[in-house]
Amino acid sequence: MGSRASTLLRDEELEEIKKETGCEFGQITRLYSRFTSLDKGENGTLREDQVNFRGFMRTLAHFRPIEDNEKSKDVNGPEPLNSRSNKLHFAFRLYDLDKDDKISRDELLQVLRMMVGVNISDEQLGSIADRTIQEADQDGDSAISFTEFVKVLEKVDVEQKMSIRFLH
Amino acid sequence: IIQRDESPMEKGLSGLRGRDFELSDVFYFSKKGLEAIVEDEVTQRFSSEELVVTLAFIGIGLLVMGTTLVGQLPESSLKNWLSELVHLTCCRICVRALSGTIHYHNKQYKPQKGGICVANHTSPIDVLILTMDGCYAMVGQVHGGLLGIIQRAMVKACPHVWFERSEMKDRHLVTQRLREHIADKKKLPILIFPEGTCINNTSVMMFKKGSFEIGGTIHPVAIKYNPQFGDAFWNSSKYNMVSYLLRMMTSWAIVCDVWYMPPMTREKGEDAVQDGGLKRAKVKDTFKEEQQKNYSKMIVGNESLNSEAN
Repeated sequence: MGSRASTLLRDEELEEIKKETGCEFGQITRLYSRFTSLDKGENGTLREDQVNFRGFMRTLAHFRPIEDNEKSKDVNGPEPLNSRSNKLHFAFRLYDLDKDDKISRDELLQVLRMMVGVNISDEQLGSIADRTIQEADQDGDSAISFTEFVKVLEKVDVEQKMSIRFLH
Repeated sequence: IIQRDESPMEKGLSGLRGRDFELSDVFYFSKKGLEAIVEDEVTQRFSSEELVVTLAFIGIGLLVMGTTLVGQLPESSLKNWLSELVHLTCCRICVRALSGTIHYHNKQYKPQKGGICVANHTSPIDVLILTMDGCYAMVGQVHGGLLGIIQRAMVKACPHVWFERSEMKDRHLVTQRLREHIADKKKLPILIFPEGTCINNTSVMMFKKGSFEIGGTIHPVAIKYNPQFGDAFWNSSKYNMVSYLLRMMTSWAIVCDVWYMPPMTREKGEDAVQDGGLKRAKVKDTFKEEQQKNYSKMIVGNESLNSEAN
């Protein structure tokens, strides 16, 4: 697994993370110390799904508020992780469990089941899923593609709902 | 690091009560989840270790000072009231140091004066957790070291029942002294952990029958820790008390539920041995389930209206 020293944050990594996520040095180092205090096994990753610090930062970066981008606008660079489109992509991937770019009825059911636990019957959950797909599906394939997903959420204030307020 | 969004579930889901499930709901949950990973209530200004150790020192220091002061007063109801105040305040500070979140259930069954409170014992923190919600007279062995100082201080302010190790072997003596204590209705309820040693938080073992020979009214209490947030089990052969406490303080949080149960008195003829076979029960873990329940209530209410309209 390697010694503790190999999991300390190197300068080049810091730079890369800063560029990729748009977070500042201070924030990254504080998040790193938080990460290490949660990392009980001292192997550089958090728990079951084995998220390493880079992955953790990338995920977190999706939740930065969009206003923060105004300061560091890099027109030629890649689209920042916290753009509206990338936030929507992130949410889509939460539903699209097998990563085939479609949310099937089964996938929707699985996610719904996680959110409600044992409190709703299979039948009722099924009808909720059916209704949701019916409302979103436009090309008649009984699944929700990313485009359809975006359409459903066009009136939702994604920027606000998917933002965590970072202190500086 | 962040400013958490404290709005309740209904508001976060742009809620009128009883709205339908929407695809955007996932935003709320994923945001909440990530917020929880990044920050909890203690990690704000100090580093968590500093804050927590400071709090612990303050708590214990206050306890010792406070009880010594109160101990100087002559016996009176004012003294008792002050003593309770000191105990409760210091407990709360100490629990904060451990970043504890405790839910008390069925408070109507809280142990009364002149009774015996019987609880399962997972860690030394149990005592703190129970004392947060009410004052008890402790029973146990005299310890050396830090605990000994605390014990001696507490005795000055209100009567507890401490035994030397040799006295513990004499069951009659123990029973006699406990009987005397509860006979005095003004004295605080005795707190007993019948198992003697810590069990590791999975099931409640048979209570040692000695607790039931004393008679009196028994108030059972179950303490269940949520293991997702920190393992409270103390393996005393592996860690000593101080390093155990430090581990507890720096772990994420201590979350537990305390269930007060209806009081019982020994029926005529019931044998103490029978009583000992109490509940081999697993106290239910309801933390996540509560969230799931609330969310389900929200989306189902509207669904049934929908199906009626169709």
